[in-house]
Amino acid sequence: MVDENATWFKGWQQTPVGKVASISTHMRLKDKLGGCRVRWGIRRMHYTVPAGLYAVGEPGSDSPVLVTANYKLSFDLLRRELSGRSLWLLVLETFGINVWCAAGKRTFGTSELVNRIHKVELERVVSHRTIILPQLGAPGVAPHEVKKATGFRIRYGPVRAGDLPQYLDNGQKATEEIRRIRFSLWDRLVLTPVELVTAWKASLVALFLIFLLSGLGRNGFSFAGALSRGFTLGLTYLGALLMGAVVTPALLPWIPGRAFSLKGAQVGLLWALLLSLTLASNWSGASLVGLFFIAPALTAYFAMNFTGCSTFTSLSGVEKEMRIAVPVIILSIVSGGVVLLVGRIL
Amino acid sequence: MNLRYLKDVVTLELDSDKCTGCGLCTHVCGHAVFALNGGVVEIFDRDGCMECGACAMNCPAEAVAVRPGVGCAWAIFNDWFKKTGVSEHQPACGEN
Repeated sequence: MVDENATWFKGWQQTPVGKVASISTHMRLKDKLGGCRVRWGIRRMHYTVPAGLYAVGEPGSDSPVLVTANYKLSFDLLRRELSGRSLWLLVLETFGINVWCAAGKRTFGTSELVNRIHKVELERVVSHRTIILPQLGAPGVAPHEVKKATGFRIRYGPVRAGDLPQYLDNGQKATEEIRRIRFSLWDRLVLTPVELVTAWKASLVALFLIFLLSGLGRNGFSFAGALSRGFTLGLTYLGALLMGAVVTPALLPWIPGRAFSLKGAQVGLLWALLLSLTLASNWSGASLVGLFFIAPALTAYFAMNFTGCSTFTSLSGVEKEMRIAVPVIILSIVSGGVVLLVGRIL
Repeated sequence: MNLRYLKDVVTLELDSDKCTGCGLCTHVCGHAVFALNGGVVEIFDRDGCMECGACAMNCPAEAVAVRPGVGCAWAIFNDWFKKTGVSEHQPACGEN
């Protein structure tokens, strides 16, 4: 059901199939704050708009139809590009998932699209028989089947909503340029908060373990030892997290190698080197060996998790990477931990 | 794009005999993996493929085949421990 108090709600438009919600192309502060919030993974799975047909401007029977997902961030990124235009927006039920990920799961897919076209009686709203899909919806949709089932022909728009004005002004023709998937520094950076949030719970456990192990010494557990040693070790961990989940993604194109874990390990090595020259300069030989085993492994792990955010890794590739990287990371962390502990106790 | 992933890993297959040269795969592929050459499509940049499956899904002649999925370590972890996954060997993101 459409909520008339929603930030994007503008009014109702009469159509041959009854009234349709007319939406604003203006982003309010609440929309922007909401976008920031979900970028940090907070209540991200509940950030939705109702599926169905919407009007932008004052569309008629010959106006274009754009199709999108019901993740509100996707909906917002799309509508803000449409100011001054009149067209229809067909929102599919993707359960709050963006177009690309939903297409991968087939919720942004042939059957939902066909059902939604029938449900909103699109053939009675428009006289033409063309719908425009985001190119990233293509993994979920078979145009020949949609055509057969509904009579509507699919045209793929650009990858990015930001290129829609150009596409629409260009007679609905996508140039080579706007059909390519890119991954700019900004694209990578906006995805890093979610990585940090995802790592948050496991990190609390890790920090607690670090604290406990830091307290262990020749004379059993010491709280003072846990605090002093735990502080630097905790910092080592948090630094490794930042190096893997933020710095490696930011510097991705410039770090040698192809596997994300390999890229991360190099940044982790630099982190260990930096620590050994500063905070850890007075550490024992064994502790330093432990540091150089653990920090790059942690960074490699966090960097490897960024594969899911990237726009160019394949399932087969990540599987191959993980089959090698995961055992190496585990082995490295475990042996580093053993060296640290043994070095302290002996 | 200057970002490239591992070489020689993808499951992409093209059956040139079935290809009708409609070019839809060249259109839906975000990484320019295919190119039209003399009325038939050919694989132009195999290692650029990310196995999203758009080409296979959109090919009306069923000339393209690929094991589709997401190149996401988290999804693969989940699949290894069977927490999610659309079907066997098809890890997916998000909460199912």
